[in-house]
Amino acid sequence: MSDTNSQTPSYSDYWKRPPFIKRAWLRWLLIVGFAIYLAVALGTMDVDWQRAWEGLPRGQRFIQAFFPPNFADNRGVVFDGIMESIWMAISATIFGIILSIPIGLGAARNLAPSWVYFLCRGIIASSRSFPEIIMAIFAVKLFGFGPFAGFVALSIGTIGFFAKLLAEDIEVMNASQAEAVKVTGSSWFQWINYAIQPQVMPRMIGLSMYRLDINFRESAVIGIVGGGGIGATLNTSFSRYEFDTTAAILIIIIAIVMVLEYTSGYLRKWVQ
Amino acid sequence: MPLIETKDGPLWKRRTLKQSLTRLFWWMLGLTVAAFAWKLISDKTNWFFVQSAPKEAADIGSRMMPPDWSYMDVLWIPVWETINIATLGTLIAMVISIPVAFMAARNTTPHPLARAFALFITATSRSVNSLIWALILVFILGPGVLAGTIAIGLRSIGGFSKLLYEAIEEINPVQVEAIEATGASRLQQIIYAIVPQVLPTFVGVGVFRWDINVRGSTILGLVGAGGIGLQLSGSINTLAWTQVSMILLVILLTVIISEWVSAKVRGAII
Repeated sequence: MSDTNSQTPSYSDYWKRPPFIKRAWLRWLLIVGFAIYLAVALGTMDVDWQRAWEGLPRGQRFIQAFFPPNFADNRGVVFDGIMESIWMAISATIFGIILSIPIGLGAARNLAPSWVYFLCRGIIASSRSFPEIIMAIFAVKLFGFGPFAGFVALSIGTIGFFAKLLAEDIEVMNASQAEAVKVTGSSWFQWINYAIQPQVMPRMIGLSMYRLDINFRESAVIGIVGGGGIGATLNTSFSRYEFDTTAAILIIIIAIVMVLEYTSGYLRKWVQ
Repeated sequence: MPLIETKDGPLWKRRTLKQSLTRLFWWMLGLTVAAFAWKLISDKTNWFFVQSAPKEAADIGSRMMPPDWSYMDVLWIPVWETINIATLGTLIAMVISIPVAFMAARNTTPHPLARAFALFITATSRSVNSLIWALILVFILGPGVLAGTIAIGLRSIGGFSKLLYEAIEEINPVQVEAIEATGASRLQQIIYAIVPQVLPTFVGVGVFRWDINVRGSTILGLVGAGGIGLQLSGSINTLAWTQVSMILLVILLTVIISEWVSAKVRGAII
């Protein structure tokens, strides 16, 4: 804009939106680079278009087989699976958070001495390193089939999530409140409990609900690799071509996730 | 904050008796739920297997060492595929999310019914894990990269349009009014007043979502939807543990690099 103004002494009646990336060479480098990448990616994508094309009418029949969703026939198994998923998610969330609190305190730069800091950051980084489902594969190998393996995998995932956010929240807290409590001669535990805990608690309650939500969603797939929960039921219904049951299970999962989401939104408004 | 008069002077307490009791109640409720959940899980667990876990972990660990470095020759293509699934899936989601987000945002929605519909799409897409989407799509489209890409795309629409429509709802309305005052049409208002305000969010969320999708696409192969997960499940099923450790190493590196790239790009935008 300023360019056009300086070149023409009278006001120009022509205006062009300024580009999103101001440096022209960078803009063109990104555009051209991305275009080349896209071309190469699409070119090397090994897609069997014929198979995909043939699959479409099959897909239509398949989608039709989803309707109407069948809640009745396998309701015992489905109910057990859902319950297992819910309890797995709840206990993994609780257990994960209990473990996260000391780790999160240790991973906050302003609380912990540097060796504790690096130790706890290391724990967080390693628990965040792999997707939950890969953790679950190994948990199943170690602990056998069933919800315990899923519980372990989800707990590890919870630690990486919760401890990291807790540590980050503590690092940006109001330091003067912490100082004020400290000068009263409080012990370390009193200091944590009266100066730091009240500052981070509201956000942590919201986050723990959010993590419960994530854990439930994850528990729906952990069963595919043998970690218990509704995922196992879902996978079985797939392999048995009982797609109406599959549809019912998906609807139940979506409904529960929505309920959890609304609850957590409501809870967050209430505590903040 | 109550003060209690004692013979030694006033005593400060943090909570009133009622507040303490309420808190005690919630703690008790929480503990009960935790104990009950634990009992249900423990009933379904074969503790004999759990006891042998440390020994088994040591066993698998020793079998995994050293990683099979030469297997890397086979892995380049799956890694490339994994990244492509994530990138193309993110692009699909970004394109579809634009109309969905504008329909879902209170200030740009054409009709409340359209808003409800958009919110329904958002919620459905987010509730179903990409692995389940992939499971369904492998059935329809056959195993391979295409199913994985579309699965990632379908899963990302929800997360993407949620963040985007929240950004649209939080824009500065004054700018829209200013454009409107020039006699601009509704579409021109969107292009000149709303888009410039949400563009940084759009790109930022896109990169953030891409990072999540790289993580997600590493496992899609477990159900046959392409990427490095296919090799992972193959090697686990054939008990080729040195290959497994190599694959895990590669996944770890991919995830770390994508996280780094996404953090850098977002840092440059914001």
